[in-house]
Amino acid sequence: MNDGDRRPDPDHLLRQVQADEARATRGRLKIFFGYAPGVGKTFAMLQAAAREREQGVDVVLGCIETHGRAQTEAQLAALPEPLPRRASDHRGTLLEEFDLDAAIARAPALLLVDELAHDNVPGSRHKKRWQDVFELLDHGIDVWTTLNVQHVESLNDAVAQVTHIVVKETVPDAVLDRADEIELVDLPPDDLLERLKAGLIYMPATAERAAGSFFRRGNLLALREFALRRTTERVDADVRAWRDANGQGRTQLAARRILAFVHTDPSSPRVIRTARRLADEADVPWIVAVVDSSLRPLTTLERGRREAWLVLAERLGATVLRLSGVDLTSTLLAAARRDNVTQLVLARPPRSPRATLERWLGRDPLSSLLLGAGELELHVISAAHTADEDARDDIAVDVAAPLSWSAAAGAVTLVAAATAVGGVLQFFGAVDVVMLYLAVIMVVAVRFGSGASVLASALSVAAFDFFFVVPHFTFNVADLRHVITFAMMFIVGVFISGITARLRRQQDDARHREQRTRSLLAMTRATASEVSREGIAWALAHQCADTVLRPTAVVLKQPDGSLKTEAAVGVVVVEGTALAAAEWVALHGRPAGRGTDTLPGAPALVLPLQGSSTQAGVLLIYDRVGGSVLDREHQELLDAFGRQAALVLERVALADEAKSSAIARRSDEVRASLLSAVSHDLRTPLAGITGAATTLRDQGDKLSAVDRHDLLDDIASEAFHLERLVESLLDMTRVDSGALVLHRAAIPVDEAVGSAVARVEARLSTHPLTVKLPEELVFVDVDSILFERILVNLLENAIRHTPTGSAIDVSVVADGDVVEFVVADRGPGFPAGVDVFEKFSRGESSTGIGLGLAISRGLVAAHGGTITVRHRDGGGAEVVVRVGRAAVPAGGPV
Amino acid sequence: MTVVLVVEDDPQLRRFLRAALTANDYSVVEATSCAEALQLAPSHNPGLVLLDLGLPDGDGLEVTRRLREWLRAPIIVLSARGREEDKVAALDNGADDYLTKPFGTAELLARMRVALRHVEHVVTAADTMIESNGLRIDIAAHTVTRDGSEVHLTPTAFRVLSLLARHAGKVLTHRQILKEVWGPGSVEQAHYVRVQMAELRKRLELDPAQPKWLITEPGVGYRFRA
Repeated sequence: MNDGDRRPDPDHLLRQVQADEARATRGRLKIFFGYAPGVGKTFAMLQAAAREREQGVDVVLGCIETHGRAQTEAQLAALPEPLPRRASDHRGTLLEEFDLDAAIARAPALLLVDELAHDNVPGSRHKKRWQDVFELLDHGIDVWTTLNVQHVESLNDAVAQVTHIVVKETVPDAVLDRADEIELVDLPPDDLLERLKAGLIYMPATAERAAGSFFRRGNLLALREFALRRTTERVDADVRAWRDANGQGRTQLAARRILAFVHTDPSSPRVIRTARRLADEADVPWIVAVVDSSLRPLTTLERGRREAWLVLAERLGATVLRLSGVDLTSTLLAAARRDNVTQLVLARPPRSPRATLERWLGRDPLSSLLLGAGELELHVISAAHTADEDARDDIAVDVAAPLSWSAAAGAVTLVAAATAVGGVLQFFGAVDVVMLYLAVIMVVAVRFGSGASVLASALSVAAFDFFFVVPHFTFNVADLRHVITFAMMFIVGVFISGITARLRRQQDDARHREQRTRSLLAMTRATASEVSREGIAWALAHQCADTVLRPTAVVLKQPDGSLKTEAAVGVVVVEGTALAAAEWVALHGRPAGRGTDTLPGAPALVLPLQGSSTQAGVLLIYDRVGGSVLDREHQELLDAFGRQAALVLERVALADEAKSSAIARRSDEVRASLLSAVSHDLRTPLAGITGAATTLRDQGDKLSAVDRHDLLDDIASEAFHLERLVESLLDMTRVDSGALVLHRAAIPVDEAVGSAVARVEARLSTHPLTVKLPEELVFVDVDSILFERILVNLLENAIRHTPTGSAIDVSVVADGDVVEFVVADRGPGFPAGVDVFEKFSRGESSTGIGLGLAISRGLVAAHGGTITVRHRDGGGAEVVVRVGRAAVPAGGPV
Repeated sequence: MTVVLVVEDDPQLRRFLRAALTANDYSVVEATSCAEALQLAPSHNPGLVLLDLGLPDGDGLEVTRRLREWLRAPIIVLSARGREEDKVAALDNGADDYLTKPFGTAELLARMRVALRHVEHVVTAADTMIESNGLRIDIAAHTVTRDGSEVHLTPTAFRVLSLLARHAGKVLTHRQILKEVWGPGSVEQAHYVRVQMAELRKRLELDPAQPKWLITEPGVGYRFRA
């Protein structure tokens, strides 16, 4: 191996850096880890804390359980008072709990929170204390805590097997993995038993009970081994991490993976935990896969149970893979090969008639997997010892469920009807009543499910025997051959039941799948065309409400960071705990609320709208009255909706950004053209003025009187030109900035035209002007000064763009409520294909700055009028300004 | 020699005014601020004041008002375009005329002459006949003739016309006209003036859009061209 190979893997380094960065802002987590109560975890923690405090660290006791142990309590004396607990009233009982918000508010450098595996009292923000701890870490607070080995999720099973004590309070392994430090607090079992006997751990009565059950020497030895092993694994991982970071890591086999296959077998949790252990030991990623096979569709109950196992798998850190295919085995093997799986963990199928039958036929998954596994290592987990309570409950329900009272009633009614019809038919002639019963069994199977059809089969056999077999109206059978008929009838009935039920399930499954696809498609369609945040929010809310038939609300993050309810279907306002959960989710980007472990008391399930880089807001799914918790399938669909909407929201935000940058670019262009136009138009007259002025100053006495006068004339006219230019720019600025304030009044049209003509009078000498006014007195509703500016601009344009001597005609016509001012010339007309109203657009021979019409348009628009240009009949251009007419005001008392 | 008090903070403009005025036989006193103007005015007793409305230390309007308390001499205010309200306020507070910057020497001198004439030549009962460019206004007889033929006017129109004509060359604000013709209670009714002016132009002017006598100063008022 050369040096190049020993360099750290860049990906590893990157991960390391990211982890370090995250750790820099996150608080550090230290776990005091022990194998049993009483080994001295809390004691060790307090002792270490006291040392930290001596060093000047701000140590605060969040919550400490001393269990009345004297030594531990003595340690407390060296430390400040613990934070007060939060009291809450739960159904009349006063419960005390660690006060998370108070701890966050206090923000100490180091917080001690005992018993990581503790379940919070109902009504707390999180279900579990470790979630509290994670939130504290997120706030940058260092946390020390204690944990016993039997509470570790992946060891839960193993511990239960050894000790026969099932521990309900568990902590996901991910929590241990995220700990920055784990300190093993060890005490030899004999010493621990000594302490127990001495009453140092429990009160004598409890101690005796404990010694009989949990604190048996064998148990303790086993637990200690678990604890030591878990700590060693952790140390191994640390060493590996260190080696990776320092380029001393062994070459990783390219992304080997462990795959656990979970189907319907009750031993699946053990399959999952085993996979996790194997993955940990080998330090490779692991996958939990489920396969929806169209050959073996699942019942709703099986599906629900499987979803629960998948939640467990995710909690343990697995990647969940959902596959679907015709054949279970081939689908699974294809996925395993694709994902570089080297070890496959699966359950041995339970002993059941069906499994046995399948095994005979060589159709059971295990056999086909064994045949097709190739190089895959298979771990088969036995089904023994797995009938935990949950599973038993499930199985009990599974058998009972398909046969509801209404289904049974339906079966009885139909069999009775068949009997009646059979009786009538037999009265008229020989009919094979057995066929009639089989038909009924089929109908029952299709209509009411397999349970009912089995019942119908039994009833049919009984009814057939009772009514149609000699001797009639007894269950006695005279002819032994009829017994075979009965048996055949029953078997055929059950067989039909099985087939029909499976067909039904397949149909349900297909329908289910189709529905899912359809609603995803509908969601895509609904949001694809939306361009507003609000529209997307409404589309999402409606789609979700339609899919899960529950009140739904969409709350989006605003640019200022606040939350706003953008859309709500069946909900009036998002408030109370729902709002609190929404805020929490918006902050943390993880689901919360009903059905989750965070704020489970909220009336809604709150899901984050997570886009590719930003979190747009949250989706709230409220409880329906009497509704059950959303199943996982629906949750996933909602997740997909949320992701889809978040992406569309992101797209909209990007489009907005692009648009505003386009506007910025456009205004940059305008500014650039303004700059070039202004610099040209300002410099030209300035050059003339400078030249003329310096000539006069330096050579004045050598010039003739006529030359001097000409130069002075130039200066005056150029200066005038500059003044007009500056005036135009100021006008344009005022129009653009919208700073125009109109002082409207009724102005006589002759006055409006007259004042403008007077302004350009000096330059009109070159162009004959005619003005045509209406006969009667006509007033317009305008600002006299600004309106004069409009007409002056138009007249100046006409003078500037037409040859000397050509006529300029102004006419005013009153037409109903509108007065039309037309300034017409005989010049070259407006250039084609140019927006003459655009700023800095000017005629080819123009000496103007190209603002006249732009200003005029702005001013006319401010008056609520219109301005248009057109070609004049016989050549030339016409500009038409239309503004509102005013009534002739009173002339005043005489 | 008439003393002209020039109140202007811009040195270039002061120099231009000094040159133009001295060349036309005026004596010039310069002030660069309101305070200086108010201080210099009593000692020099100017025959005319040129007052910039945009002075650094205060409001030209205030100077107009303070000077008007004792000074009979005409005050001509200098202001930038677009500040019509300021001009109207100055005129209503006692200024005699205004000039919009930039302006030429010819325009300046013409305005000064008009202003000075009005002070020297207060219209008395004896001046009952005003004549300008073929228009004859006989104030005593209440008759108007244009190029020899009589023009019929309503009494109000006649009063407006004679008011403007008596102040020929000088701008009168809507307020000033309203106050003189309709009384102090009607100073806000600017449309009275506009209607009467439209009426007058129609009867007097051959081309109302290019009037010979009745000049409109948009946003400020009217002027009778002498």
